[in-house]
Amino acid sequence: MGSDATGRTTLFDSVDDVVTRLGDVGYLASNAVATTVFLADRLGKPLLVEGPAGVGKTELARAVAEATDAGLVRLQCYEGIDEARALYEWNHAKQLLRIQASQGQDWDATRDDVFSEEFLLTRPLLTAIRRDEPTVLLVDETDKADVEVEGLLLEVLGDFQVTVPELGTITATQKPFTLLTSNATRELSEALKRRCLFLHLDFPDAELERRIVASRVPQLGEALAEELVRIIGVLRGLELRKAPSVSETIDWARTLVALGLDTLDDEAVRQSLGVVLKHRADLVKASSELRLN
Amino acid sequence: MTATTPDRGLPAHLVDFVQALRRHQVDVGPGETVDAAAVMAEIDLLRREQLREGLAAALLRRSGQRQTFDALFELWWPLGQGAALGEVALPYSEDGSVDIDALRDLLAELLVDGDTAALSELARAVVDGLGTLGAGRGPGSGGSGGQGRDGAQGPPSGFSSYQALNSVKPETLLARVLAELRGRRQADAADSPFAEEVARRETRARIAEFRRMVQGETTRRGSEIRGREAAARTGVRRQAEQTDFLSAGADTLADLRRRVAPLGRHLATRLAARRRRAHRGPIDMRRTLRRSMSTGGVPVNLVHRRPRPGRPELVLLCDVSGSVAGFSHFTMMLVQALREQFSRIRIFCFVDGCVEVTDLFTPGADLANILTEVHSRRGLVAWSGHSDYGRAFERFADRWPDAVTDRSALLVLGDARTNHQDPALGVLRAVVARARHAHWLNPEPQRQWGTGDSAAIEYGRVMPMHECRTAAQLAGVVGGLLPV
Repeated sequence: MGSDATGRTTLFDSVDDVVTRLGDVGYLASNAVATTVFLADRLGKPLLVEGPAGVGKTELARAVAEATDAGLVRLQCYEGIDEARALYEWNHAKQLLRIQASQGQDWDATRDDVFSEEFLLTRPLLTAIRRDEPTVLLVDETDKADVEVEGLLLEVLGDFQVTVPELGTITATQKPFTLLTSNATRELSEALKRRCLFLHLDFPDAELERRIVASRVPQLGEALAEELVRIIGVLRGLELRKAPSVSETIDWARTLVALGLDTLDDEAVRQSLGVVLKHRADLVKASSELRLN
Repeated sequence: MTATTPDRGLPAHLVDFVQALRRHQVDVGPGETVDAAAVMAEIDLLRREQLREGLAAALLRRSGQRQTFDALFELWWPLGQGAALGEVALPYSEDGSVDIDALRDLLAELLVDGDTAALSELARAVVDGLGTLGAGRGPGSGGSGGQGRDGAQGPPSGFSSYQALNSVKPETLLARVLAELRGRRQADAADSPFAEEVARRETRARIAEFRRMVQGETTRRGSEIRGREAAARTGVRRQAEQTDFLSAGADTLADLRRRVAPLGRHLATRLAARRRRAHRGPIDMRRTLRRSMSTGGVPVNLVHRRPRPGRPELVLLCDVSGSVAGFSHFTMMLVQALREQFSRIRIFCFVDGCVEVTDLFTPGADLANILTEVHSRRGLVAWSGHSDYGRAFERFADRWPDAVTDRSALLVLGDARTNHQDPALGVLRAVVARARHAHWLNPEPQRQWGTGDSAAIEYGRVMPMHECRTAAQLAGVVGGLLPV
């Protein structure tokens, strides 16, 4: 861990450092991933990761947190998430109890009392900003949230400060390393994208994928892993509704190990292809195009 | 090459690059340019791949832009100048010309191994040795292997990937590579059709990759002669979403197909959101007044009517004649993606007859199959096989008079080229009058409407017509028009 010109602590020393340290915690980073993670850290900008499901977007945040001994704070977005769920909320029930318990106290004292830290429920965004330790903030599936939440994210991610009217402005002592993920079900607003570095995380190349399989499912033989990755590559070349992702490759490898198969012959593929292709139509198409029947 | 870089420094070169991106419809703001400069300050500039990823992270905002970015990156931050040959060298025969057979042996070997790095070096060597046009060494005239590489005969006037690939003919190696791979497989798996098919597809992909490498290298070498501006104008493909449907090449079409699927999903989410927002109907006066009794007759709380039950109907009339084939294909993909959003959707296709094909669009059906199926339906072509809008509309109104009702939205897709037949405006007008909404999507540029046999202007008076040339436009128009 070093520090940059302005004295802010940085997490990584070089791109190669990113690769090694993420590799140590079991995340094999491609050149693109390593470079953007390094830059996001150095430039202090949030990193927006977009890509198909199952290529390791969320996993990346976890790996960065683990590699840098930082705490991971996760905000899972969903339709209808609002400020109270993302930023902070006052604990109304507790405030009421407090007011009832302090019968006779004058109003000013009570008011100062019920709007204090004790009654504040911090939600992920505020938690991340208030933490003193190194933090990785993961905003997961940003595209699921409504447009209004994007405005909130803009404000928070812009200068990492939040204003709670009753408490004043809270500024991050240490900018968290921020990672936003998106499945691109809708376009995020230009303004939000502009604040972030952009990484399109795609399926890895064959070499990297083989290494991923080898590190995740070491019981699988090397030759078999290579065969597996080749077939996955071909499957991705077909026009399927849902092309198999890295997570499917790993699932498949695990299935083969569990079934105790040591060669990937037609019968084995026929039996286990359902692990890789989740749609019935895809299964039918792959079987017929690859002459499995 | 326009060697302006040294005089004006790296920042100016970066700005140059950004402007080239903008010329290719990648919107890069000044803020991103500043970010990119910050990236360059942080990164080891000697590591080219890191620079590429770093700049992409700072400058790009959508994944579809990556291809354009990569192509321009190759031109503005080239790998090197001149031949830039690595360890893989071309085999030369006795008389100094390239030994094509030995070269094909080498290529086959690399394809079997799938050694990408060596393949890309070979691609470079092939362009240098076989792709040179003009004063340099053509494939026939031959260079003197090794020495005198950069031409005692003067600099080449250009490079041609066509010429290079034509002498190597990588496609014809497929059978050979497959035989080799078959030999390597374990004996028991050797005759499995599945393994064979996987190997075939993989090899085909590798050969295509090799072709792309040769083409990329040709662009790079060419840009040294013609200047990178010129190379960027002709050598860099447009983003798939910006490509004209009617002029898209085969690989752009494949690219587009991959992009349209998520487009459909985008539209579906947008529609769902719009529907949620519109879930309240107009104000219900009676219930508002009754409720106002509790507030002393002041209507504090407004009561809205319940939304109308039932989802809208969509009727689609698609021209599937040859002239608009690319376009109708994509509209149908979108339609299929939107199917679940509409409780009732009816799809009709026409050339000079008209058929209903709704039953073909089952969830998960393969679109290529659907299209072949559509074309084999009886009644689609009634007469000549050239599109005849008037006759098709007449047939539609005649055969399915109940298809369009006051609850349905009618979308007509086609270029309105009637082959000088009667456009049957009256028939269409009657149908439009019945529909709640009616729109026409035309894949031709607006300036061509009304030229030649196009009846676009006339039809445009009957129902609003929208230009819909690219996937981006199509998504915009369809998203804006679809009834909630």
